[in-house]
Amino acid sequence: MSELLRLDKVACIRGDRLLFEDLSLALAPGEALWLRGPNGTGKSSLIRLAAGLLRAAAGTVERRGRCALIDEALALDAELPLRRALDFWARVDTVDGHAVDRAMAAMALAPLSDVPVAMLSTGQRKRAAMVRVIASGAPIWLLDEPANGMDDAAQGRLVAAIAAHRANGGAVLLASHFALAVPDLAELDMGALA
Amino acid sequence: MTTLLALLWRDLRRAWGSGALWLPVLFFLLVATAFPFAVGPDAPLLRRAGGGMVWVAALLAALLPIDRLVRPDRDAGVLDQLAVRGIADEVIAAVKILAHGIAFGLPLMIALFPAAALLAQDAARVEVLATGIAIAIPALASLAVLSAALTAGLKGGSAIGGLLVLPLAVPLLIFGAGMLDPSGRGAVKLLGATSLLLTMIGPFAAGGALRGLRE
Repeated sequence: MSELLRLDKVACIRGDRLLFEDLSLALAPGEALWLRGPNGTGKSSLIRLAAGLLRAAAGTVERRGRCALIDEALALDAELPLRRALDFWARVDTVDGHAVDRAMAAMALAPLSDVPVAMLSTGQRKRAAMVRVIASGAPIWLLDEPANGMDDAAQGRLVAAIAAHRANGGAVLLASHFALAVPDLAELDMGALA
Repeated sequence: MTTLLALLWRDLRRAWGSGALWLPVLFFLLVATAFPFAVGPDAPLLRRAGGGMVWVAALLAALLPIDRLVRPDRDAGVLDQLAVRGIADEVIAAVKILAHGIAFGLPLMIALFPAAALLAQDAARVEVLATGIAIAIPALASLAVLSAALTAGLKGGSAIGGLLVLPLAVPLLIFGAGMLDPSGRGAVKLLGATSLLLTMIGPFAAGGALRGLRE
């Protein structure tokens, strides 16, 4: 298998509701896929399936390589300064501080290193989550609404980070209810599956 | 290894942050201070009953922070992020048990001495108490993390948490307090065996509960 991520005929049931079934997708190095569609069509569930956090009711999920995930939870300790909170995940991912430096520069968060996570705005939190994804060095990015609350400049940085990741042979699965200016982006309309 | 140390250090930092290090100590001393007032200043009675009281207080001190052991990590998405990294739930549970054992066990051992003094325990009984509680600390930590993991998904779960582990903690209390009885020579071995068993079960049971939180 040359793909980094492959979902084969998966079905997802949440509660007693069938969100989707017989869904297949594959992401090779350098590819990106936009999951689009209105709220409640299973974009987040599909991301969690791909991440291995949910079990598929049917079908198989294969990953080759590590995953980095953004979801609605920030997973940074609110009482810590931003840099120390990010350094925890750098140690968990066994990457060095330079990776965090570069990622913070890419998301323009370096000036906020000493600000407690609890004081960050919504957009800044999303940028901080993006720093963790970039610094992790994982080849598979699973981004669930990464641009929520981001201003235009931050969205530009997000798009640039995605492009750089794909140029390095990474793959991106992106769930978003609005369009991002990512070039050469495949689409999967979750709303049309229901 | 770096990963596990990072997890352990984070749990310890969070347990001891904002002065919470002294919470079990204060709790312990509170019980030891209140008990003579409730029972009356009868030294022989205090000496007889005080040892058991220390054990009950140790159990409650272990259960004191169960709200903070798992639920905040689940709500903040930390557990999901660790799962995405392929770290086994059993490993996460084992690290949490170790961290809780250190975070509440060390201050508890220190608080034991003033508490025992307040309850009119002599030097020989203090030694037996300290030995017993040191043996039981891994098991108490294991039970606390298990109940924290089982109740993290429930609203108002911490109240149920104490009830959940009580039956499992009863053997610890029986054998631990039994060590104080002059005829209870075998109690220390039984306490050791019980503690070992509960400590071994903990990571697997709590790991299963953590996995259940994601469904």
